[in-house]
Amino acid sequence: MAEAIIDGKPITLPEGQQLNGIQAARLAGVEIPHYCWHPGLSVVASCRMCLVECGTRDAESGEVRMLPKLVPACQTPVRDGTVLVTDSPKVRHARAYVEEALLIDHPIDCPVCDKAGECYLQDYYFKHGQPKRRADLRPFHSRKRDLGPTVRLFVDRCVMCSRCVRFCREVAGTGELMVVHRGSHEEIDVFPGHPLANKLSGNVVELCPVGALGDKDFLYKQRVWFLKSHAGICTGCSVGCNIWIDENQDHIYRLRARENPHVNQWWICDEGRYGFHHVHSEKRLLGFRHRPEQGPEQELDWEQARDLLQQWASESSRAAAVVSPHLTVEEAYLLCRFVRQVDAEAPLVLGPVPRSGQDEHFPGGFTIRAEKCPNRRGVVELLQHFGGQAGPWPEGLQRLLEYEPELVWVSGGYKTDWITPQEAEQLAQGRRLVVQDLFPSPASQAARLVLPGAAFTEKSGSYVNHNGRLQWADWAIRPPVGTRPEGAVLWQLLGRSGLYQPEAVLEEIAAEVVAFQAVTLPVPEQGVDLHLSLLAEEVTPSAEPPA
Amino acid sequence: MKPDDPAIRWVKPPELGLTGRMYLPLVLQGVTTTVRHLFSPKVTQEYPEVEPPIGNPLIYRGVHRLNRDEQGRVKCVACFLCATACPAHCIDIVAAESPWPDRDKYPESFVIDELRCIYCGMCEEACPVDAIELTSLYNLTGRSREEMFFDKEKLLSVYDQTKDREPSAMERQQQAAEDQQK
Repeated sequence: MAEAIIDGKPITLPEGQQLNGIQAARLAGVEIPHYCWHPGLSVVASCRMCLVECGTRDAESGEVRMLPKLVPACQTPVRDGTVLVTDSPKVRHARAYVEEALLIDHPIDCPVCDKAGECYLQDYYFKHGQPKRRADLRPFHSRKRDLGPTVRLFVDRCVMCSRCVRFCREVAGTGELMVVHRGSHEEIDVFPGHPLANKLSGNVVELCPVGALGDKDFLYKQRVWFLKSHAGICTGCSVGCNIWIDENQDHIYRLRARENPHVNQWWICDEGRYGFHHVHSEKRLLGFRHRPEQGPEQELDWEQARDLLQQWASESSRAAAVVSPHLTVEEAYLLCRFVRQVDAEAPLVLGPVPRSGQDEHFPGGFTIRAEKCPNRRGVVELLQHFGGQAGPWPEGLQRLLEYEPELVWVSGGYKTDWITPQEAEQLAQGRRLVVQDLFPSPASQAARLVLPGAAFTEKSGSYVNHNGRLQWADWAIRPPVGTRPEGAVLWQLLGRSGLYQPEAVLEEIAAEVVAFQAVTLPVPEQGVDLHLSLLAEEVTPSAEPPA
Repeated sequence: MKPDDPAIRWVKPPELGLTGRMYLPLVLQGVTTTVRHLFSPKVTQEYPEVEPPIGNPLIYRGVHRLNRDEQGRVKCVACFLCATACPAHCIDIVAAESPWPDRDKYPESFVIDELRCIYCGMCEEACPVDAIELTSLYNLTGRSREEMFFDKEKLLSVYDQTKDREPSAMERQQQAAEDQQK
């Protein structure tokens, strides 16, 4: 068993992994400060912040021989017998000098810098800097220029860690950024006429350890210490990237990538990063709208809408549902249960699956899927369990219409147009059409009852990504007044008591549906691979996505 | 804690002496105090006819003002440190990119709820650019709550009103430097 010694503390190295000094020190509970090293990027060892004392212990004699010079921990592989010392006076001096050198030409404009509060330079200065300044440092105004449509560079705040340059070369594969000039004149810049405009460009802002790269979408909007982060799942495509939703007082200010080695590693795409503005759109459906067969349109409150729905449910003998791939697993399950309670033969149809272009693969292993919905796999598994139609949309619609239901429940949640006026007309014809959606659409215009739904940041629940991984997302903000999350509506319609509990529903699904057998509660941070149960049961995975 | 806890020290009221029990001497004592105050010099201030003197106006904590820089622009850089330090949460700032090339950020709107403010002066202390200061204006009145939300223009006008009487910290420093040169 390989053993290394960090600050006199022996640690056992995990097998089959090549760890560097920073990672090994983390195992021992020691944080080595670093700017340029990032687990997702190549090692350059240029910032010199992670300098440590290094040596080896002779396995037989037990004698420790230290190297005379300090070495960068990020570039030092830790093997059996490696000895690292991270808090000796020599190391502390080295760190303080690095901090001093970085601050000599830093503008120190923290009050106007968006990074203040989560800035490595700030944190490390307080932790590792010298108590007394030797240089006459005065705040000055940093030069700035736009690198592309999403990113602004504050030239003088940069510490030349080159994380952004390496990201563009290694992960995005586009290589727009470079370091120009030499020595203390070094600057990050783009090649003339080639702005930073790749689909992952927002990640460089997150990677930047200081305030040199600013996100134009977030710039000057909010100080980071006011933001509260909630673990969520991006619903922009079927990858299901793990994100942090940063909000303050029920307003989302930004989304950030959350590390998950099985899904998105450390990155998210720009489409997902800036894909939250619809949540605060003024166009959202608010209030329960009822269009009676005769008479004018009415605005109902939830109790009235619930009574009306229950009346319709008892009066209708034939029902059907369109289950949207934007619903969470729990909501889709409750919807299927409700409609089947009204009519045990009710056809359940998969809603339109939005697709745009082709899957995009990046050299760093990141993928943007063409399927622009978070939960097709989950909904398909549930529909198969209930014997519904998991086929493509127009055929599903035909099958639904052939059944001639009296009550049709259509769930939406789409950001873009998803149904044609003709289709909505066909669905509505003389039927009790209930539409639960975020935005007005031909369907909501044709509906007899419109139920305003909740956006992805406003509801808890789980999604199954393209790869069959079930991931849990918690709500981050409260839904706006006049809306009611889909799950809460269906929970009450099914006559369940108390508040909507998605965890309890997921537990029920795990016990009932074979495909969800692998789910354990609480759902692990990195999600559950549903294939585990499928392999155990020798059930073939679900069919390929509809074209 | 129970009544028989040894940590509790029970104190009994002092017993009344002879004069106390006779009642009249104590009444006389009280009347004497009243009569003495009738003829002593008055300490009541006839506010608002007479304005009370205040000590050092530079350290008095009255209505806020937003200082201007040399070019007459709002000095605030919208760093939100005052809003962060404010224990009453009475400061609301909306930051935006500044229209001036030599500045990054400025407050598009800056509103202080003067009714919610507790006049502790933490905002003044937190400000990294000496932009927000408390003046010696104390007679703050309004006809509605809305009127007491002081916006950026109002706070800048407080500065214009008080800048001669109460120079800002920066102006005082400049003055001191000039005096030294002379």
